Amino acid sequence: MASEMLNSYRTGPDEKGRFGLFGGRFVAETLMPLILELEAEYEKAKTDPAFWAEMDDLWTHYVGRPSPLYHAPRLTEELGGAKIYLKRDELNHTGAHKINNVLGQILLARRMGKTRIIAETGAGQHGVATATVCARFGLQCVVFMGATDVERQKPNVFRMKLLGAEVVPVTAGRATLKDAMNEALRDWVTNVADTFYCIGTVAGPHPYPAMVRDFQSIIGKETRAQMLAREGRLPDVLVACIGGGSNAMGLFHPFLDDKDVRIIGVEAGGHGVDDRMEHAASLTGGRPGVLHGNRTYLLQDADGQILEGHSISAGLDYPGIGPEHAWLHDIGRVEYVSATDDEALEAFKLCCRTEGIIPALEPSHALAHVIRLAPTLPKETLLVLNMCGRGDKDIFTVAEALGGM
Amino acid sequence: MSRLTDRFARLKADNRAAFVTYVMAGDPDHDTALEIALGLPAAGVDVIELGMPFTDPMADGPAIQAAAQRALHAGATVASTLATAKAIRAAHPDTPIVLMGYYNPIYARGVDRFLAEAVEAGVDGLIVVDLPPEEDDELCVPALKAGLHFIRLATPTTDDRRLPAVLKNTSGFVYYVSVAGVTGAKEADASTVGPEVARIKAAANLPVCVGFGVRTAERARAVAAVADGVVVGSAIVERIASGDAPAQVLEFVRELAEGVHGG
Repeated sequence: MASEMLNSYRTGPDEKGRFGLFGGRFVAETLMPLILELEAEYEKAKTDPAFWAEMDDLWTHYVGRPSPLYHAPRLTEELGGAKIYLKRDELNHTGAHKINNVLGQILLARRMGKTRIIAETGAGQHGVATATVCARFGLQCVVFMGATDVERQKPNVFRMKLLGAEVVPVTAGRATLKDAMNEALRDWVTNVADTFYCIGTVAGPHPYPAMVRDFQSIIGKETRAQMLAREGRLPDVLVACIGGGSNAMGLFHPFLDDKDVRIIGVEAGGHGVDDRMEHAASLTGGRPGVLHGNRTYLLQDADGQILEGHSISAGLDYPGIGPEHAWLHDIGRVEYVSATDDEALEAFKLCCRTEGIIPALEPSHALAHVIRLAPTLPKETLLVLNMCGRGDKDIFTVAEALGGM
Repeated sequence: MSRLTDRFARLKADNRAAFVTYVMAGDPDHDTALEIALGLPAAGVDVIELGMPFTDPMADGPAIQAAAQRALHAGATVASTLATAKAIRAAHPDTPIVLMGYYNPIYARGVDRFLAEAVEAGVDGLIVVDLPPEEDDELCVPALKAGLHFIRLATPTTDDRRLPAVLKNTSGFVYYVSVAGVTGAKEADASTVGPEVARIKAAANLPVCVGFGVRTAERARAVAAVADGVVVGSAIVERIASGDAPAQVLEFVRELAEGVHGG
């Protein structure tokens, strides 16, 4: 095992669902049999060509994959350094990478005979993707969303309702994403027989982090093939934003063993990563703990109470991060940095102005780091930014932040 | 013999079920919570479960979530919870005290340090909801080594194949969760609880206490008839939430105790 790990960064998790210290199965006993059943079913599906054939068909004809790998010429020129490519997952059906994973989990739920799907959502992108795929397959869908987020993300709430989902506003705790996840877990504990919990990121108890990563890895696999076709070689730098970390893990994972590929994750720095804790940078500003079924880096106080993250992006203000990222951080394979709300807003404007692409606030954080990094790199450096979502949902937030423009 | 096994042995000799109550440490504030806790044995409580407040109690319903928030808002910490346990122990040398909560506050304090402090405070056992047997190395095994009981929850989803793993490192008693759900949600149905308790007792040489969904003296009496103990939490915590004074809360506890003990 140890020597195998030295040869590859892609063999995790182990049989206990651990990536080094991180991951695991920290759930109540009621859920444990369900999680073991899910793991067994996923292991079967993973090696079943029919499962992947159905995924490929839906990815192609329903989602619109492969998403383009687009050379952004004016952004490249503006920053005056590395050659910048955008992996255009914002062009997917529903406007973000979230649907890649939802399709996989819903197909699995169907194989398991589950008829009721529950999901948590922050900004609403995962909720919309789940509601969409449930509509496509005629499944009952219940989405838990913090009451604060319901208010902040009204267009997505309306979309989910149009798609036939029930949106449950969660008022417990501080009424944001982590509370929505608590409430989804409570629902699952209560409705064990017919319900499948569709988690939106690479977190939660094993097997979710590995399973969601596998579904999102289509992003990195396509990027690899597209870059080889386009430039005849692998990219030099990958950059992606991180809340829970699913778009980043999807891009990164197929490249982890390519030692010459520099990989960078960008967390939400909010008002700045410091003692005020007004950020959502779990790796750069948190420490290891246990929440929502896994051990990972968390925003918490000295007594182990969980703190609320802050970010201008509702999709990033989660106080944790996927356990595989926590491990990649500790072993140093991936660099993790942060970008503040203000830096993300500047990047948002730059992308609109130079490329005619309105990015979501989430990948705007990744772009904020590219703005810092690209000018320091030679022109022949190939840099890929994961454009994981489009910004239609964010225009009101941005307008408010910029004073109505 | 530990305080916990001793207590269950005596109750069995008297042919009585154990009355186990849950109150949250520090709810609504440190002094009031302590006053209530100190009055529990006289109100007929056999085992005290003391809740450790956590921001994200995923297996608990609204009543206990709100109790945790009140306690944290009033300044509760792991240290103040241990101080509460210590004060109960000083006043009641024979009443077993079980701390119930979630892993992260314990992990943040450091497992070894926490266990040493819990033993020093006179705590008898731990119930940590988010540590299934798959994670026994984290806290269960060290707790047993430190001389504490580790009480596991068995649930309606714990089938016969899984039950031995759940019971393996369990000691003191088994806490049977009578409904699939969160604390305080539905009412337990005594007709289904009986066979489940029998199933668990057949696999474990331990007392089985039943909780989740016991809200009234009448229900407590029905559950006590088929189990070794009855756990009541949310119904008591709701009285505290409604602003009842400690004397009123304890009066309600006394009514429940009469249900359990057939008074």
